[in-house]
Amino acid sequence: MNEKYLYPLMAVIALFLVAYVGVEAVGLQWLFGIIIPFMALITFVVGFVMRVNDWARSPVPFAIPTTCGQQESLPWIKPNKIDNPFTTGGVIIRMALEILLFRSLFRNTTCKLNEGPTISYVWEKWLWLFSLAFHYSFLTVLVRHLRFFLEPVPSSLQILDKLDGFLQIGLPGVMISGVVLLAAAMFLLLRRIVISQVRYFSLAADFFPLFLIIAIAVSGIMMRYFTKVDIVGVKELTMGMVTFHPHIPDGIGAIFYVHVFFVSVLLAYFPFSKLMHLGGVFLSPTRNVRCNTRAHRHINPWNPKVKVHTYAEYEDDFREKMIGAGLPVEKEL
Amino acid sequence: MADLKPDELIARTNFTPPKTGWMDTPTVIREGMFCYAAKPKSVATLGLPYPREWNPLNDDWKLPENWKEIIIEGMKDRLERFRTFKIFMDICVRCGACADKCHFFIGTGDPKNMPVVRAELLRSIYRNEFTKAGKILGRIAGARELTLDVLKEWWYYFFQCSECRRCSVFCPYGIDTAEITMMGRELLNLLGLNIDWIATPVANCYMTGNHMGIQPQAFVDMLDFFADEIEDTTGVRVHPTYNKKGADILFTTPSGDVFGDPGTYTAMGYMILFHYLKERYGLDVTWSTFNSEGGNFGLFTSNEVMKRLNIKMYAEAKRLGVKWILGGECGHMWRAITQYMDTMNGPADFLEEPVNPITGTKFENAKSTKMVHIVEFTADLIKHNKLELDPSRNDNLKVTFHDSCNPARGMGMFDEPRYVIKNVCNNFYEMPRNCIREQTFCCGSGSGLNASEDMELRLSGGLPRANAVKYVQEKHGVNMLACICAIDRAVLPPLMGYWVPEVDVTGIHELVTNALIIPGEQEKTVNLRGEDIPNKDEMDPDEYYTRPDFSGR
Ligand code: HEM
Ligand code: SF4
Ligand code: SF4
Repeated sequence: MNEKYLYPLMAVIALFLVAYVGVEAVGLQWLFGIIIPFMALITFVVGFVMRVNDWARSPVPFAIPTTCGQQESLPWIKPNKIDNPFTTGGVIIRMALEILLFRSLFRNTTCKLNEGPTISYVWEKWLWLFSLAFHYSFLTVLVRHLRFFLEPVPSSLQILDKLDGFLQIGLPGVMISGVVLLAAAMFLLLRRIVISQVRYFSLAADFFPLFLIIAIAVSGIMMRYFTKVDIVGVKELTMGMVTFHPHIPDGIGAIFYVHVFFVSVLLAYFPFSKLMHLGGVFLSPTRNVRCNTRAHRHINPWNPKVKVHTYAEYEDDFREKMIGAGLPVEKEL
Repeated sequence: MADLKPDELIARTNFTPPKTGWMDTPTVIREGMFCYAAKPKSVATLGLPYPREWNPLNDDWKLPENWKEIIIEGMKDRLERFRTFKIFMDICVRCGACADKCHFFIGTGDPKNMPVVRAELLRSIYRNEFTKAGKILGRIAGARELTLDVLKEWWYYFFQCSECRRCSVFCPYGIDTAEITMMGRELLNLLGLNIDWIATPVANCYMTGNHMGIQPQAFVDMLDFFADEIEDTTGVRVHPTYNKKGADILFTTPSGDVFGDPGTYTAMGYMILFHYLKERYGLDVTWSTFNSEGGNFGLFTSNEVMKRLNIKMYAEAKRLGVKWILGGECGHMWRAITQYMDTMNGPADFLEEPVNPITGTKFENAKSTKMVHIVEFTADLIKHNKLELDPSRNDNLKVTFHDSCNPARGMGMFDEPRYVIKNVCNNFYEMPRNCIREQTFCCGSGSGLNASEDMELRLSGGLPRANAVKYVQEKHGVNMLACICAIDRAVLPPLMGYWVPEVDVTGIHELVTNALIIPGEQEKTVNLRGEDIPNKDEMDPDEYYTRPDFSGR
């Protein structure tokens, strides 16, 4: 075992024990069901806003988009309006494709060194595919949880539930998003452990959120399919939270508090971690500016005054030689 | 290096990383992989901090007492001034999409050359000094102390990145390791830790107007010498003008092309083209001895130094009263012009929005910088049939095109050079898709790493490029590698010589002027290089008419 994944794994197990023992043995339902989630949510919102604010405080002195397609140039040359966007509309499409479809990741290749020597590059779609599956199932799960916080449950959410549960296996019906989330997170985890290159630069901070999300998914799935949590009680608790009349109903199993505690930790951890890529991807200056830097001047708010060597000084240095070579000068000898 | 054969070099490359983590693997600075330290005189010329004699191989780098403070302060300052830096420090998820995209990683197998690890070298210190998680959790959060060994590691690996930006094409968040390297180099420069191959060209450029330190009279001599050569092969005498007030256009190109083969043939190409345009259309293009450098090694030093060198372009255009500026074939010069120049030294409101007076084409895309790329200019001339061309004069060549990193990923100039080549050559073949256009591979020597002492680094880093050339050589018999970058013209010949012998290197304007029918020329039997040009009459007519045609011609 490697400390990079041992520590995070132990941390998640410890979190489980804290919540489980706290609820089962000490009876801290209030703490784990209401106080910690509230504080975590506040930490998340405040931390997130502060982080983004902090980024936004630093200016973008130069427009340095990575141009990934033909520039806008002569009228008869077809520009690539998305990968080298000249207009704001193009930038919006570029960003939308990045954020919704992970377009850059889609380009991924793996490189192999063969006999010869020759090098070959093969399209590598798995990271893209599983990342996409991971993020969309995460999103679906998140949105579906809104049904705990809204009364009556909006019809759009009910439709989503239907779609998600279209396989109609068992009772309660299997939700695809949860299964996909778990599978994709497992893939991302195994990839980090198995591929030696990825393992090499992975940090404990890369394993921790994965273990935590897997733990969240597993505890959720446990509640839904195995321990069969008291849904009515849960809804009572969550509605109490959103209406600011917190209250702990009886009879909700400890596993629920464990699940909520994991989520709280994820929320509180979020603003201080790499998970902030959620906010950062929108602000990334190599993607979100127009590639029209020769047609429109980008302003640097701190454009420094610098010392320069002027033509006059240059001519002073070389005047005689310049005249000798027949070059025109501003001042004769 | 020369004593290591290609298969021996490759045999040492291994993509499986070592068992020990990178933080626990000490960096050993190895001969052949680094460039010599900046000479104090060059550092002092620009008044940059801590000029001194020092040697990377010595234990003592003669750092100032408070070097740590300087670095941390420098980081803080840059985090506040560059959103890129801050965001790129915070949001990498270490997905590894960039890891095997770097030619230096592919060529050396050194895991610290994976872009993500290169960035982590700096990020680990950022976490330690600027984040709560790093301060509390230390190593578990990926943080580490700034030590002398870390500083040396930075120096070694930030001068093993050619700032080519290939990694940033693949990163889901657009994290640009080139930008991180630029920040790293700015920090190192705060301690006088530049390499000489950058510092001395910068000092030369500052004082004499070009990287090579060519003085005005010598610059004129060299171009006169080229005029003699041109007269020998074409029978036409060209008359370049220098520092001419009231010319239509100021021309700026890297001095490397005035200095070394095969760039010199490209320089001759420019001279012939300008002569042609003068004779046929009365266009008046002038060269400048003060602004005799298009390249800008300041870009590899710090944004301030870049600005101090770049400022000459507009200053000279203003002094001479030209309408706009035409820029030659160069890579990083065009990164500086496209993404920095106008911001730093603009607005150039004393120049006109560029219009090609011969075709009437408005260069809308350059209406603020007022600077046009010569390949855009020539493509426009060809499109409007303003050049009389005989592409069969290049029939001895089977050409492929190397997209230089900066015009590719810092500009997006892909189709213009291909259009020009296809109109002046009959045999053009593309390298495989993953090795061209925005995915192009660096020559392995960009960003000031084109010295001779780091030849092993250059040949390793150039392997992916060479390998793709080899592919088209074997498949199509390609014998000429065209490019639009002066560093390429200087460094690709040894690279080809090592990995793909028998492939030569050329600039596009050499090809253009080989094909150009110059008014009053003698019957051409040799090209600018003095090589025989194929005689059309001797060619089998069947072959002549079945030559491949290209869309866009
Ligand atoms: C919508 C909000 C988002 C959330 C909540 C989110 C969350 C996550 C999480 C939890 C991980 C797993 C971290 C790990 O692997 O340790 C992750 C990884 C990743 N995310 Fe996101 N993300 C979001 C948006 C995005 C966007 C917009 C992109 C693409 C541009 C993206 C691309 C990735 C990639 C490539 C990984 C790497 C997978 C890996 O770790 O191997 N994410 N994200
Ligand atoms: S591709 Fe981007 S996010 Fe992924 S490891 Fe590289 S720099 Fe980090
Ligand atoms: S910019 Fe180029 S050389 Fe530098 S890390 Fe990225 S791929 Fe490698």
